[in-house]
Amino acid sequence: MSHAVPNEPVLAVDGLSIGFQTRRGLLPAVRELSFSVRSGEMLAIVGESGCGKSLTALALLGLIPPPGRVTGGTVRLEGRDLLALDEAALRRVRGARIAMIFQEPMTALNPVLTVGEQIMEAILEHEPVSRKAARKRTLALLERVRIPDPERRFAEYPHRLSGGMRQRVMIAMALAGAPAVLVADEPTTALDVTIQAQILSLIDELRREQGTAVVFITHDLGVVSRYVDRVLVMYAGRKVEERDTRDLFADPLHPYTRGLIAAQPRAGAGAAGAVRERLAEIPGTVPALAAMPAGCAFAPRCPLADERCVQAVPPPRRAGSGLVACHHAGETHAL
Amino acid sequence: MPSDAVLAAPAVSAPVTATPVLRVSGLSVEYRTARGVVHALDNVSFELAPGETLGIVGESGCGKSTLARAVVRLLDPSAGTIRLGETDITHATRRRMRAARRDLQMVLQDPAASLDPRWTVGDLLAEPLEIHGIGSRAERRARVADLLDKVGLPPEAAQRRPHEFSGGQRQRIGIARALALEPKVVVLDEPVSALDVSVQAQILNLLTDLQRTLGVSFLFIGHDLSVVEYVSDRVAVMYLGRIVELGGRDSLWRRPAHPYTRALLDAAPRIDGPSAPAGPGLTGDTPSPYDLPSGCRFHTRCPIAADVCRRLAPAMQALSPGHHVACHFPDSGSEPPSMQSAINS
Repeated sequence: MSHAVPNEPVLAVDGLSIGFQTRRGLLPAVRELSFSVRSGEMLAIVGESGCGKSLTALALLGLIPPPGRVTGGTVRLEGRDLLALDEAALRRVRGARIAMIFQEPMTALNPVLTVGEQIMEAILEHEPVSRKAARKRTLALLERVRIPDPERRFAEYPHRLSGGMRQRVMIAMALAGAPAVLVADEPTTALDVTIQAQILSLIDELRREQGTAVVFITHDLGVVSRYVDRVLVMYAGRKVEERDTRDLFADPLHPYTRGLIAAQPRAGAGAAGAVRERLAEIPGTVPALAAMPAGCAFAPRCPLADERCVQAVPPPRRAGSGLVACHHAGETHAL
Repeated sequence: MPSDAVLAAPAVSAPVTATPVLRVSGLSVEYRTARGVVHALDNVSFELAPGETLGIVGESGCGKSTLARAVVRLLDPSAGTIRLGETDITHATRRRMRAARRDLQMVLQDPAASLDPRWTVGDLLAEPLEIHGIGSRAERRARVADLLDKVGLPPEAAQRRPHEFSGGQRQRIGIARALALEPKVVVLDEPVSALDVSVQAQILNLLTDLQRTLGVSFLFIGHDLSVVEYVSDRVAVMYLGRIVELGGRDSLWRRPAHPYTRALLDAAPRIDGPSAPAGPGLTGDTPSPYDLPSGCRFHTRCPIAADVCRRLAPAMQALSPGHHVACHFPDSGSEPPSMQSAINS
């Protein structure tokens, strides 16, 4: 029941701004963020703590907790602006057309309901089907996310399951309404690497087979390089670069992106016993929300920064397969 | 003790001639809980050479944090010995352990948990010196300034309290405190796991620099394979309380011989690695530590497990000098991976 026209983005975010209301005024946490995702595409939003990636994810479902609020922009899902909907209308869209999974499924699962009851509830909330039909669908969903022995798991409580199993239950719940967009906020960060691989290949398979668009929030560039089509890099609340994954790693254009990639330990960085190749450090720290520079937020840490960077925020410019917001984008190769 | 047959594990020695600063031999730890006995660590042996970093990797429940805590005697082992230099500290009394702590220190993942928030950083760094009666007040103050400088913090940091610092700076304080007594061995338990990648790079560079100038040995516990590969000279891979493979970093990464090591390396994506996993990956979860599999503990998830694996725990065997594996069917690296043929058949 997809409404998406081929090549038309299923989700289009335009000029999204999010701020925190404080006694000292409105502190901007996400600023003029624009991006879109097509059916079956996996877009990653990456960046370090406090860059605004998780707030962005919450905003896509109208879930920003106070004192945070959306201060501007639109979030169009299949053509409809979610930010203009009232809570009742939003609730009908949530779960049905856009769904979310979190890092720690226990925070989203109800501990006093069995796994089966929760998934059934998610189905019944959006569809006028009988309980019997909902139960059948639930078992099919548990099977779909490869939970062994679905009949038995149906009757189990969340705390009885392993972390990996809980995340599968979350995914089954998210899929209950066959959403057009799945927002995944660090879904494997708390999991072991072999379990992470299972969950990521499951998400990958779902978007290929069901055409679900995935917005994947992560800090893990390794995961991005293996599973994601396109990457959006955020720094201090703004998009600094957006590229096809392969291009981003082969030729990062923004000095911050270059810094992030260079800070990652590489295979065979110096033989054992020999002097290790030093990792690239990004000097300094991220500016506080209350002390954001007037120009480029990365300027105080950037080796290329000059007067222009201190004065003016660089607008996103076309660059190959994507966009980069840097006054010196062409010069970063000199680093 | 687990009921399955455990063959005597030969001592796994470092490929260096220097006398080890730390020798752990046949170490086992059991927890008694309401649900039963957990064999958290089973017959673990390794040595640590001066100035060397031994990385310990594995997933939840593999026993790596238990190992870290047992080595510094925060936990009492149920069997085995721990030798720090020439001293057997396995059953050292509290007083004897206090003396041993001059040579054996620990850094935790969250330094905030180990740094008293009411103390200034200067007091926190001077405390170990005071306990051991080292130097006059003025000398201790000078030593604190020196320690701050070593870990890249300004001298003014001594007057501030831990909460005034960022996560990366707090980890620098934790490292400075661990180094105050110039220990021979520092056990680092997931020291960069809570940090952003740019800060992680700063701390890893700092550890590398300190090791080079001080000659200290590190036992580095981690779950991020690229980090462990980066910092380690040798690496031990653990699964459900046992070391399944131990070898030189490059040897282990290029020729992983244990099916678990291969699956682990294959599952961890990295930006300079292959764009897709080579194998199908492991299925299922790690078995419960309350109900350990018989024989080789990996056999329930192993793609090449045979009958012998269910019956008999494999002994550590040397594949090449310094590279040891506990598997009945280790991959020698010369033939096509037996994993694939086993799956296809």
